[in-house]
Amino acid sequence: MGAIPHDHYEPKSRFEKWLHERLPIVGLVYDTIMIPTPKNLNWMWIWGIVLAFCLVLQIVTGIILAMHYTPHISMAFASVEHIMRDVNGGWAIRYAHANGATLFFIAVYLHIFRGLYYGSYKAPREITWIIGMLIYLAMMATGFLGYVLPWGQMSFWGATVITGLFGAIPGIGESLQAWLLGGPSVDNATLNRFFSLHYLLPFVIAALVAVHIWAFHTTGNSNPTGVEVRRGSKEEAAKDTVPFWPYFVIKDLFALVVILVIFAAIIGFMPNFFGEPDNYKMANPLQTPPHIVPEWYYLPFYAILRAFTPDVWAVEFAHFISGGIITAKFFGVIAMFGSIFVMALVPWLDTSKTRSGRYRPAFRFFFWLLAFDFMFLMWLGARPPTETMLGYEMGVWSLIAATYWFVYFLVILPLLGVFEKPLTPPATIEADFDSHYPPKPAE
Amino acid sequence: MFKKTLLSAFMVLSLGSAGFAEEGGEHGVEDIAFSFEGPFGLFDKHQLQRGLQVYSEVCANCHGLNLVAYRTLGDPGGPELEAGQVKAYAAQFEAVDAETGDYRTAIPSDKFNSSTYDGAPDLSLMAKARAGFHGPYGLAFNPLFRGVGGPEYIVAILNGYTGEEKEQAGSVLYENTAFPGGWISMPPPLYGEDVTFSDGSPNDLKSEAIDMAAFLMWTAEPKMMARKNAGMIAVLFLSFLAIMLYLTNKKLWSGVKRKQWGGKGGPAEQGDPIE
Repeated sequence: MGAIPHDHYEPKSRFEKWLHERLPIVGLVYDTIMIPTPKNLNWMWIWGIVLAFCLVLQIVTGIILAMHYTPHISMAFASVEHIMRDVNGGWAIRYAHANGATLFFIAVYLHIFRGLYYGSYKAPREITWIIGMLIYLAMMATGFLGYVLPWGQMSFWGATVITGLFGAIPGIGESLQAWLLGGPSVDNATLNRFFSLHYLLPFVIAALVAVHIWAFHTTGNSNPTGVEVRRGSKEEAAKDTVPFWPYFVIKDLFALVVILVIFAAIIGFMPNFFGEPDNYKMANPLQTPPHIVPEWYYLPFYAILRAFTPDVWAVEFAHFISGGIITAKFFGVIAMFGSIFVMALVPWLDTSKTRSGRYRPAFRFFFWLLAFDFMFLMWLGARPPTETMLGYEMGVWSLIAATYWFVYFLVILPLLGVFEKPLTPPATIEADFDSHYPPKPAE
Repeated sequence: MFKKTLLSAFMVLSLGSAGFAEEGGEHGVEDIAFSFEGPFGLFDKHQLQRGLQVYSEVCANCHGLNLVAYRTLGDPGGPELEAGQVKAYAAQFEAVDAETGDYRTAIPSDKFNSSTYDGAPDLSLMAKARAGFHGPYGLAFNPLFRGVGGPEYIVAILNGYTGEEKEQAGSVLYENTAFPGGWISMPPPLYGEDVTFSDGSPNDLKSEAIDMAAFLMWTAEPKMMARKNAGMIAVLFLSFLAIMLYLTNKKLWSGVKRKQWGGKGGPAEQGDPIE
């Protein structure tokens, strides 16, 4: 399956020809923004633009914040307050950056779940999916590093807990943890390297985003039917697509601006809603906060991490056959990273020939259960594990929810492809589009 | 269909909020209708000035505000003292000169003193560092509808003393219904009629506590007025832009939707839209 046939850039003036022979940059931009795009894309296809906006927002606000921030344990907290109080518009930039991370993660979760529902990950878009997962991992790392910088109580204790996960790796764990921290505990060396890496990683993300876009511009966008654009001729392709500019640029901008209305309202009226009050207290290594809770976007995976306590039979079994090398903590770490790893493998775990969930009734049930499971894990991640619900401790609920996450990817998806009887998707994108917007009779 | 879903979601939320409001905060933190709450809420500069007075005469004996500069007392959207008053206020204190390293009379560009007593936390950010409202059930509906509740928590602490004391490990603890754990090491700082306001405002314990909490909200978020103002302008402009883009989008797609491709007025006939 080749690229979707469409008109390419033709240099016209002498200068354009001169430039094009030396650097075909105008052609590259033209082909990128004029790419034929399935005309039936729905509103769940807007998150890409929102994410691109978030990346730019975070880099621009972050660069300005770095001009006023001091990465030193005795000055970091006060320098953030200096930004909030004395820098012109500093409060706006800092709140936009902090809440920008929240918007970024809301958008990326909706983007990922859109991909899972419509089977966007399936051949030939596996590379796009894998690159996307790498972007997500880099986002998680960047968010974590950035949260340490204000040097509040949650910054410090969050960093202590998360780097402690690496300490759980058998043999090399403790050395690895000390190497990451630059010392035996979270200290000035840690803050300095976290600042450096927090500044670096967004540019790695930007490079990965370019590859992500390159990959799906090679295969063409997926779409809600999962039916490919017809590529026999330019005329045939034109029946299924419209150029990205202006049709989807304007549509996506409209959606983005609606989201920004809410974003502006949050920054203006409730900028600390997603934050943790404890982080307005300066870090104190001698005082552990009663509840160490990560930022909301890590909670589902934090719940998976905590679900595997020593009394779980799988943990006991792993502990036994590994001769005690795999501890409960290490098992939790494996499970946490494993939960993202199995998601990255979904192009090969989903055996169904039908791409879109729209035509897979049984799949839809399990998909929505997964979406619920994700929200449930997010809630569980913030609850004290000893609390009970319906007579069971939160740890038990976490274990059930974490297990479903793995069962969905490792058992349900491979089997559904064999046993499920999918509905028949429309023959073409044009047919799907016309069924939503019936064409008027030709005049 | 979409409208119906939205409507029912809205109803659930609004009904829900009424339900949660009755539940009350944790540790008996009571919601207080501060003037600065809500998108249109404003600080009452007279209240902030009263709070400053309570702070200066009572709290400052132990607690500091080392992130707040005296000059900000004159900033718009705060207590808005006049330049002379700011200067006179600062002149009551001493500060370490950055160049000489010696103590001298404080000037407006200096910061408030730090806490004088080890166990007394700095109060600059206290109104944002405490949460009065949580949940219910680990969900964030109460903070969503009533705010995080930092100032309310401060009022509750100042009003939460039962008068019971106990000695533990050589220090005296005071029973406080609002404090997590129930026992706090801070002796009751306010009893009512601790200060006399020149404007004749009530100086009972609760009024003093509310003025104090409002002042600490200002020290924690001195740019709140500018923030809400900018937020309102941004929301209005972006909403207008959203309407424009909606109409643009509708017009743009009208050539594609409900028209046969290549038909009259269809995009194929319009030609390449970039040219």
